[in-house]
Amino acid sequence: MKLEDYELGGTHLRSSDFEKGKVLTTAWQPNLAYAWDNGVAIGRYLAELKEGRIVARVCHSCNRIMIPPRMFCELCFKPTDEWRYVKDTGTVNTFSVAHVNWDASRRGPKEPPLIPAVIEIDGASPGMGILHMLGGVSPNGITVGMRVEAVWKKPGERTGAITDILYFKPIRAAAAKSPRAAGKAKAGRKPAATRARSKR
Amino acid sequence: MSISEKITKTTTPTYWEGEIPVNYIYTFGLAGEAFFRAIKDKGTFLATRCEECEVTFVPPKAYCDRCFEKLEKYVDVGTTGYVETYTVTFRNMDGSAKKLPRILAMVRIDGTDGGIIHYLQGIPFDEVAIGMPVQAILKPKAERVGGIEDIVGFGPPKR
Amino acid sequence: MGMRKVAIVGAGITKFVRRAQETGKELSWQASKMALDSCGLTLDDVEAVTLGTAPDAFDGVHMKGEYLADGAGAFRKPYMRHYVGGGTGVFSPIHGWFHVASGLADIVLVVAEEKMSSCHPHPQGAFLTIFDHTTEQPLKPTLIWIFALEMNRYMSTYGITKADIARVSVKNKGNALDHPSAQVAEKITVEDVLNSETLCWPVNRLDISPASDGAAAVVLASERVARRLTDKPVWIDGVGFSIDTAYWATRDLSYPRYVETAARMAYDMAGIKEPHKEIHVAEPYDPFDYKELHHMEGLMLCPRGEAARLTAEGYTARDGNLPICPSGGALGVGNPIAATGLMKIIEIFLQLRGEAGKRQVPGRPRCGLAQAWGDLMQMGTVVVMRI
Repeated sequence: MKLEDYELGGTHLRSSDFEKGKVLTTAWQPNLAYAWDNGVAIGRYLAELKEGRIVARVCHSCNRIMIPPRMFCELCFKPTDEWRYVKDTGTVNTFSVAHVNWDASRRGPKEPPLIPAVIEIDGASPGMGILHMLGGVSPNGITVGMRVEAVWKKPGERTGAITDILYFKPIRAAAAKSPRAAGKAKAGRKPAATRARSKR
Repeated sequence: MSISEKITKTTTPTYWEGEIPVNYIYTFGLAGEAFFRAIKDKGTFLATRCEECEVTFVPPKAYCDRCFEKLEKYVDVGTTGYVETYTVTFRNMDGSAKKLPRILAMVRIDGTDGGIIHYLQGIPFDEVAIGMPVQAILKPKAERVGGIEDIVGFGPPKR
Repeated sequence: MGMRKVAIVGAGITKFVRRAQETGKELSWQASKMALDSCGLTLDDVEAVTLGTAPDAFDGVHMKGEYLADGAGAFRKPYMRHYVGGGTGVFSPIHGWFHVASGLADIVLVVAEEKMSSCHPHPQGAFLTIFDHTTEQPLKPTLIWIFALEMNRYMSTYGITKADIARVSVKNKGNALDHPSAQVAEKITVEDVLNSETLCWPVNRLDISPASDGAAAVVLASERVARRLTDKPVWIDGVGFSIDTAYWATRDLSYPRYVETAARMAYDMAGIKEPHKEIHVAEPYDPFDYKELHHMEGLMLCPRGEAARLTAEGYTARDGNLPICPSGGALGVGNPIAATGLMKIIEIFLQLRGEAGKRQVPGRPRCGLAQAWGDLMQMGTVVVMRI
């Protein structure tokens, strides 16, 4: 058989065919509202964020310090063992500069781009990152491997949400003493020459 | 995991609210387009028939779901039928009481194997019966847009 | 391992389009009918049906498997829908393979459908809840973020540039010019990709496959039946699937380990020791151009970090040493998620039979592979096929 020998189905329409009523359509606006239980681990995680702290869970079997915290270790398949506070500083694992919103609409000319990043949190096991935003920095000035710290909402404004951290901002060079910097280089980080390429 | 490892202490139960903020625009498809165009423009129902399987589809299908052959010939089957089955609804979607009960019926269109689910109009709910003849009540032509709402419901057949 | 041999004996597909007039059922029927016609079977011959389709939220039809059943020819037959995110389309023939390999059925129809155009304001919105609802969704993520983050990490780890990656888009959109189903086939340059709108740096518009409507289908048969139906059965010699953690921010984003584990499973079953030598043509999943490179490495078709260089050297071109996505892939043919994976299976089926027309790769390939990937970037599905 050859695809070319068949008359293939699939009738292409333009969005103007919808607007001009060339084809009939019907619309539906579902009301999909949910209330998700936070559970034990994320419940405490959020409660600690309200206090300006980041909390992780430790598994004594594999010795991982896990963030976001979880009540069972998915590798050892047993309950995790204890809570452990970790720092509100970390390292940029990767980042993006986003010019679109969640619904694929474009951000306006006066809306600055969003800078989502995966940030490996100091004090958690290596590679344990969370999704958050970068701020207080020009998109051109960000590199993979950059040291960052959390910028918190004021205590009275926190609600117990991931957004109690407004964003992470670069740690100024003088203050940037990473307890894990040496270990990270050893863990097969890319060399400095390639790091430069990740700049915009 | 042993029973001693069971989680016994929990933090205050909390929850997080969110939504999926999407909406949909559906096309009616090849057969659906023909069906709803006919309601809108001609005020009648179209069907497709598979001669091989001896099945007449209302709403029409572009293919026979039994033998998988393509069905392209549309026939006008009119708007009369009979009540195949029905239910009487007393509650709204949100659980509140309806002011007046409504009868939702599956109407088998005469001469076909298909049916249309719609409300019965002008028939008291203590008089409705399975097998009762009915006819579609359509909106005035000027108000019809091409959709199931073009049918107001089914009522006693016109003489 | 006590499994029966399973062959693909027929295939069908619709055009991939941004907005189809057909309903999902009608698209499914068009592809299914063509698949049965292509091997001279009727619906009566089909003993069981499996259907792959991605989230209900795309079509806006809850319980889409049940809705699509008649278009997939499933009424009054054993039928089941499967779903593993973007990995669905390549899982579809694996699901069908279970039925035939186990001896449950001799002829199985496998259908994959997607109608993403129903979803407004954009199908991306339906993805919002794949992110953790408490720890990620409040940041208002878009689906592209996650790819942009992975692409940046991949580039940073191996020192790969955006131009290196753009070559994949150029190649695939060009290959798609010869595919009759293609939605976004065009002759473009690396500069066109780099100059297209930046959506989420490093991802530009032409780095991404489009949202699409479409369907595809294949017919699977047991060895005894396959040899009666065709003199060119294409054997499913290896299947693999594997899932990684949903804590995606804790993974090594530069390497798709879940694809490797899925590939190892399929290679073991097919007796493949050196995939880069034994596989002659491959269709890895390419919803984003960097993903083709990422997946080539996960499939062990080249060393880690080398896929971009091989692409630049023409190694993966249709007439190269190892043709990758000769169909035009998701980037060129279009990306109706589940149907895309099955389109890739169909491309390998045709390539191995020497029936790919203008898309035919030279050198009479005898072993090919299709792969897809999905869920929260965590699911790998692989099928190895031989003639």
